[in-house]
Amino acid sequence: MMAFAHNAVELVLGIPLVAGFLLALLPGYRLSAGLNVLAGLLTFLASLLLFVVRPTAGPFLQIDDLNIVFIVLNTFVAFTTSIFSATYIAHELETGRLTPTYLRFYHAMFQIMMFGMNLALVANNVGLMWVAIELATLTTVVMVGLYRTHEALEAAWKYFILGSVGIALALFGTILVYMAARPVIGQGLDAMAWTVLIRRVSEFDPGLLNIAFVFLLLGYGTKVGLAPLHAWLPDAHAEGPTPISAVLSGLLLNVALYAVLRFKMLMNANPATIPVGPLLVTMGLVSLIFAALMLYRRRDIKRLFGYSSIEHMGIIAFAFGMGGPLANFAGLLHMTMHSLTKSAIFFSVGHVAQVKGTQKIADIKGLTVTHPALGWALVAGVVAIAGLPPFGIFTSEFLVVSSTFARAPLLAIPLVIGLLLGIGALFLRLGGLAFGEPTGSTAPVEASYVPLFAHLAIVLAAGIFLPGPLVTWFQHVARLLG
Amino acid sequence: MHNFAFDLAHLLAGSLVLVSLLLLYQDRMYALLNVFALHAVLLALSVGWQAHIQDAPHLYVTAGIALIFKAIIIPGGLRRIVQRLGIHREIETVVGIGLTMLAGIALVALALVVMLRVTAGADPLAREDLAFALSIVLLGLLMMVTRRNAVSQVVGFMSLENGLVLAATGAKGMPLVVEISVAFSVLIAFIVIGIFLFRIRERFDSVDLQTLEDYRGERG
Repeated sequence: MMAFAHNAVELVLGIPLVAGFLLALLPGYRLSAGLNVLAGLLTFLASLLLFVVRPTAGPFLQIDDLNIVFIVLNTFVAFTTSIFSATYIAHELETGRLTPTYLRFYHAMFQIMMFGMNLALVANNVGLMWVAIELATLTTVVMVGLYRTHEALEAAWKYFILGSVGIALALFGTILVYMAARPVIGQGLDAMAWTVLIRRVSEFDPGLLNIAFVFLLLGYGTKVGLAPLHAWLPDAHAEGPTPISAVLSGLLLNVALYAVLRFKMLMNANPATIPVGPLLVTMGLVSLIFAALMLYRRRDIKRLFGYSSIEHMGIIAFAFGMGGPLANFAGLLHMTMHSLTKSAIFFSVGHVAQVKGTQKIADIKGLTVTHPALGWALVAGVVAIAGLPPFGIFTSEFLVVSSTFARAPLLAIPLVIGLLLGIGALFLRLGGLAFGEPTGSTAPVEASYVPLFAHLAIVLAAGIFLPGPLVTWFQHVARLLG
Repeated sequence: MHNFAFDLAHLLAGSLVLVSLLLLYQDRMYALLNVFALHAVLLALSVGWQAHIQDAPHLYVTAGIALIFKAIIIPGGLRRIVQRLGIHREIETVVGIGLTMLAGIALVALALVVMLRVTAGADPLAREDLAFALSIVLLGLLMMVTRRNAVSQVVGFMSLENGLVLAATGAKGMPLVVEISVAFSVLIAFIVIGIFLFRIRERFDSVDLQTLEDYRGERG
């Protein structure tokens, strides 16, 4: 049984890795798009296996109640994105924006990125996690620059430079954590293993840990896209292929957030360190309000939803910063719902941009008239992401706001203002996009509706009724997070 | 013997900080690359010395990578890029040299104050190494901020990475995983950058990011 369990972890890592190399070798986009979907499905199934049998933590890999949530979400969205990617890419080939050679490269990179993200989530070693996040970042940098236009190159360069600085700061923080652990645990791998660190952290030097956390928060916070370290995010979302925008928003931001949460747990377990909650709360609020204001002036549809991701990562960071069972629960739920909703939005936006031949908001009008299914899906997605009932984000935002009112009413005021600003901006844009006099091409669209509606259905279902076992699970994880 | 070991390690780490400051005000491309090569040589010496005094032979690998890869191959490659692009003219600095140097000195002071105060309990070699490493990291950041040219930003980034390697080797017994990964990531980073420079050259006939910024997606 135990050997089998280890196999499940190895599958979650191995399938994307092997698929990545295979896809690099295979010519022909139909075959590789199919293989990409298959690899996504198999990885998702392997991650579900982890619920049934859980391996014991080794020196490098571990599965616990916290990261399993992230892994399942990660592999699921990756799977659905690969389905969307297949239709999206076919259209890009037709219009000649991508050549078959680049496509081969694209598919290989997609799977390598999945490998990097999964490895970061299952890593039981702070160094290994750092390497994995670096790998995932580098692959996304290359993909953002895939179209090789002026804008794409600038976006990729900006992402690369800011991402590298972030990742460098995170490494410095990681080294400091090791320095703090060494006198207590001794040299070697144990001093970098989460499972050992969390047990002995109360004996570590609090001063070193404080400095380490500042570096880690700045470093991984850059990847989460928290203001004022967010500058790469809107560009990277706007200029890369849309499937990449979907996984960036839906997954990579979460992986970076996971790293921050892990280190936050360490800090919480050592009572002599500074409380880290207020840091996260401040960054979260600044991101939320800043992004909400920026939403008003966007002219590019993908950039608009890029800023919306900053806004939501702000809300999530705020919730985890508040801490406590209820706020943590809300944060986890919000993170899950945001991943699903935002990737669904990008699925529909991708098709919209393809059929209209533009990403400019001003040039896209009356979608519900020209493309009813796509248009209404976008409307549903925006209603959901704005945090209105009956969708799941309403539930999580309601929990964040109500728990904040109960514990720190003063903080709730900027939070609510930020949320309302965001809703206003989104609806202002949505009005033009979805309704009004139709413009542009009315050609029928060959869209992959399955992943789009599957995501929206889950978000809707979660808004109406949260299944008991899921609630218990999230409550348990929320308690772990402290 | 112990004192000598300590002093030499100190000397090398201190020289790295000094060379980082030198990097800040190099206004010619070739000179910048030469100073960076010196930076990498000093790093190799420093890591090699750490390998010797910590009796950790695997660190010699890190030292070798620093020497061969960072001191010879990368500066050589960048020199060719500079030559081919014809950008061996002066580097445009955003802020004046005087101001940059002052900021650099302030950052070094900040690093020393913060690290030395916090790590009062740690072993003296490690803590001072860490303070130097942080200075190098911060100076690298400063260089990336003040330069507009893509090649010099890359040099700034690599000097920053050198600071990280110094910190990682100063942390006694840190598992090999990390050292290799650091070297490895530099390699990947360089490949990525290489591709970028190539593409940017291909598209714009310039690696000056100022030119790139004229094409911001938001405008128009």
